[in-house]
This record gives sequence, C-alpha cells and structure tokens, in this order.
Amino acid sequence: MATNTLSRFEKNAASREPGWFKWALIGISLVFFAFFLLLPLFSVFAEALRKGWEAYWQAIVEPDALASIKLTLIAAAISVPLNLIFGVAAAWAITKFDFRGKHILLTLIDLPFSVSPVIAGLIYVLVFGAQGWFGPWLDAHDIKIVFAVPGIVLATIFVTFPFVARELIPLMEAQGCEEEEAATVLGASGWQTFWKVTLPNIKWGLLYGVILCNARAMGEFGAVSVVSGHIRGFTNTIPLHVEILYNEYNFAAAFAVASILALLALLTLAVKTWVEWRMHAEIHASPIIELQQQR
Amino acid sequence: MFAASRRVFPGFNLSVGYTLVYLSLIVLIPLAAVIIKSGNLGLAGFWEVVSAPNVVASYKLSFGAALLAGLINALFGLTLAWVLVRYTFPGKRLVDALVDLPFALPTAVTGIALTALYSQNGWVGQYLESLGIKVAFTPLGILIALVFIGLPFVVRTVQPVLEDLETELEEAAASLGASRWQTFRHVVLPILFPAILTGFALAFARAVGEYGSVIFIAGNIPMVSEITPLLIITKLEQYDYEGATAIAVSMLVISLLLLLAINGLQAWTAKRTGRRA
Repeated sequence: MATNTLSRFEKNAASREPGWFKWALIGISLVFFAFFLLLPLFSVFAEALRKGWEAYWQAIVEPDALASIKLTLIAAAISVPLNLIFGVAAAWAITKFDFRGKHILLTLIDLPFSVSPVIAGLIYVLVFGAQGWFGPWLDAHDIKIVFAVPGIVLATIFVTFPFVARELIPLMEAQGCEEEEAATVLGASGWQTFWKVTLPNIKWGLLYGVILCNARAMGEFGAVSVVSGHIRGFTNTIPLHVEILYNEYNFAAAFAVASILALLALLTLAVKTWVEWRMHAEIHASPIIELQQQR
Repeated sequence: MFAASRRVFPGFNLSVGYTLVYLSLIVLIPLAAVIIKSGNLGLAGFWEVVSAPNVVASYKLSFGAALLAGLINALFGLTLAWVLVRYTFPGKRLVDALVDLPFALPTAVTGIALTALYSQNGWVGQYLESLGIKVAFTPLGILIALVFIGLPFVVRTVQPVLEDLETELEEAAASLGASRWQTFRHVVLPILFPAILTGFALAFARAVGEYGSVIFIAGNIPMVSEITPLLIITKLEQYDYEGATAIAVSMLVISLLLLLAINGLQAWTAKRTGRRA
C-alpha cells in the first residue's frame, strides 16, 4: 500500500512544505484519526468478545435478536427500493427538463437531511398516532401504523429520502443530455432511452447512492425509536435491540449485536471504495468525458 | 408553478408528477403537521413551553456543543483533507476510505462504543479520570460524540476543491517572494474557505439534531447534559404531544435561521474572493 511516488504538489517546489512540517501534519492527522475513528471501532469488537465466542454467538441467535435482524431487513427491503425509484425519477425530472421552481424542489429534496431524526419520528406520530390527524380513523378500521412495522418503514424512508437523488443529480447534470438526445433522434422511445442509454451511464452512481441509503436505513436509531414503541420481538430493529440490551446492563450482548452493525458499516465502506475506483477507472476510459474535460 | 419551458424528452409529467407526489406524502405533509399542531397551543402557550428553564438550558447545550464540534471539525477536517490530497504516506488509502466511517456506523453503535471508551474504567476514561477529567456523562462527552459524527463533512467538502487546485497560483505567489505561510494564508485559504464553511454548516446541522450517538454518553442529567432532541422524546413519553411539537418547531426555526446566516456568510466570502461557492 505504501507508495514512494510523490504527489504533484510535493514535486513542485512552490507548493510543498518542508519535510518536518509535512510529517508533523501527517502525525497530527493520524493521531486524530486513530483516536476518534479507529479506537471506537475496535472497542465495539473488543467489548463484544469480552465474554468469549460462545456468549457472542448466543447473543446473536437469541430469538429477540433474530426478530430484530428480520425487522431491520424488512424495513431496508421496502425503503431502499422506494427511495431508489424516487431518486431516479427526481434526477430525471431535474436534469432533463427546465421548469420553474426547480431550485425549490432541490432544496425540498434535501430537507430530510437537516431535520433531526427525532423530529422525523415525531411527524408520523402526529399524523398517524392515536391523537393524530388520521388516528381515530385508523383506530376505527383497526390499522396500526405508529408503534408497528409500517411506522418504522415510514420513518426509515424519511431519513434515507435524499440519498439516491443526491448522488444522481450532480452525476446526470455533468453527463449532459447529448447521448439521450441522439437516442431520441434515432427513434428510441422514452423507456428505451432510459434503459439502454441513461441507466448504463449512471449505474455506478446509482449503486453508490443505494449503498449509502441502505447503510443509513439499517442503522437508523432516533427516528425509528420514536415510532417503534419498543415492543421486544415485534417492533425492535437491530439498533433498538442494542439499546435495550445496553440499558439492561447486558453489555457483552449489546456489543455483540452492535458488532453486526459495525461489520455492515465496514462492508459498506469497502463496497463504496470499490465503486469509487470503478467510477474513476471508467471516467478515464471514457472518450466522451475525457473530451469534455479537455474543453 | 411547474411549467416546462423545454420538453425534448418524454417523461416530464411522469417524473415531475411522481417526484412531487412522493415528496409531498413522505416529507411535506407530515412536516406541515408539526407546524399546524404547534398552533394548537396558541402563542402564549407555545412561548411557555419553549422558554422553560430546562428547555433553554438544552438549547444552549445542543447549539453550543454543535458549534464547537463544527469548529473542531473545520480545523481537523482541513488538516486531514490537506494531508490526504497533498502528501503520500503509507496507509493513506485506508485512512481515506475509513474517514467515512461515521456516515456508515449506526449512531447507537457509536454511542455505546464511545461511552465504553470514556467511562471511568474504559480504555481512555481511566487515564483521563486520573487526570481529573470526566468525559462520559458530562457535556464534554456530548462534544466528543458530535466531533465523531461530524468529522467526514469538512474532509469531503474540502478534498475535491484541494484536488482541483492548480499549482500555478502558488508558483506565482512564491515567485513574487511570498513565504509558504503567506501563500497559504492569502492564496490557498481564501479559495478553500467556502468549502470549509459548507462542511462546517453540514456538520453543524447534523450535530444539532443528533440523538443516537449522544444519549448514551450524555448521561442526560436535567439542566446539565440534556440535549433538545431528548426533551422532545421525554415530552412524547409523557403524552405531551403539544409540548413536544412546540420544542420541535422552535428547533427547526433556530436551525433554519443559523443555516441562512451561514449561507449569507458564504455568499459574502464568495463575493469577496470573486469565486463561486
């Protein structure tokens, strides 16, 4: 992994710092990095294995833990595809057409990122809860949304709402409309253009957005906590199960279940890095983008 | 409002229509519910809730800690971005990939991991304890959690700007006799400043609303280490929906005003340095 080649900044006398300064800055960064990022990550696994592998395995295959894993997978399996479809539709609408109110729309799409997760949960309690707008009607028809699985799914959709759209919009903006225009001129229908021209161009960006969206969907805590009602075995996702175990002072089990989420985070980062390399490689291999960059 | 001026492609009605319907159902209508519900209290009732001493103390803590964490992240985020772009060193790619860990690691996991590290018999806490510094269950613990979750924002906004920076400007400054520090201070920093501000604003907005990573390490002592999102949850658990809504609305308004101020500052610095943010 060590590279002896210098960066273009280091080769240039005007943009390089003295060696002692460089290594001091690297040193500070690495200490900060190790202290703030590596240490918490390692501690999750160390605490999880404190009582040995047997206890670790028992904490994970325990029925309530398995139920929480199942619910987390269900919530992600519904919310990620819905936000994927939305992200593609929103990116198509914003990058292929000019219309008034486009900037407002862009701001509104980003809105869930600047709302506290707790407030994200609260809004669904206000709409669907017992005292909420639709509460009496839902109650009369025996439909449960808050303190049940649909509420958890809704809260998860809200907090992961912008991820895919946010990756796709700048990407499709940069790629422009020339290729799609050519397809349309040659007689391709809208769907043909989308499946055969647009989708292959945006596939890495799409995957990137989906990975980030999925990581957040599986790990969301605050919003889900508000709408869940914490019914063990029924409305607990993995992060909520971690909280319950922790508050019961069952630390080893809490960290064992948390380590699943930590592994998921590491997997997410690995796939994300791989996608970044692929995107980078493709940009350098693509003659059209190369040409655009030279202009 | 949404009148198309250019319709070369098919799918205008479908994509714009779907976007608007989905956005309204998931985000806009539920958010409107908070605003409307808070109206039930009336102005006097609203003020009574949001000016209660424990609520005011939580604002000071939440916004104060978020600002401080944002500043720490601006400083270390710039340093980390600089090192990652300008220098080569062993393990650089690993560091670059792991910078995003706070985005990928669920907040509850972050919360319990930091609490275990900084409690009085934790790996770090035991040494700090002997120095007389308490981190877990104090506002300092909240600050550490907020620095963790906000770290990637500044790094990832500054990094691309640094990568695109041409060395010509620095060559010109050097040839005109500027020292390396003068070049950084008067040539490089003004170019990076809008990106640093953007990263700071993103980290700040995230930190103000953060819940999962904070509640475990905060200890949640009334008037001392209770953050505003926790108060919303407490009110909800007491079935005080109006109270919870009032605090939520006040929080949304304060965050909005602060972000507008940061945007204004960004526009001003961008104009001053003659660059687009």
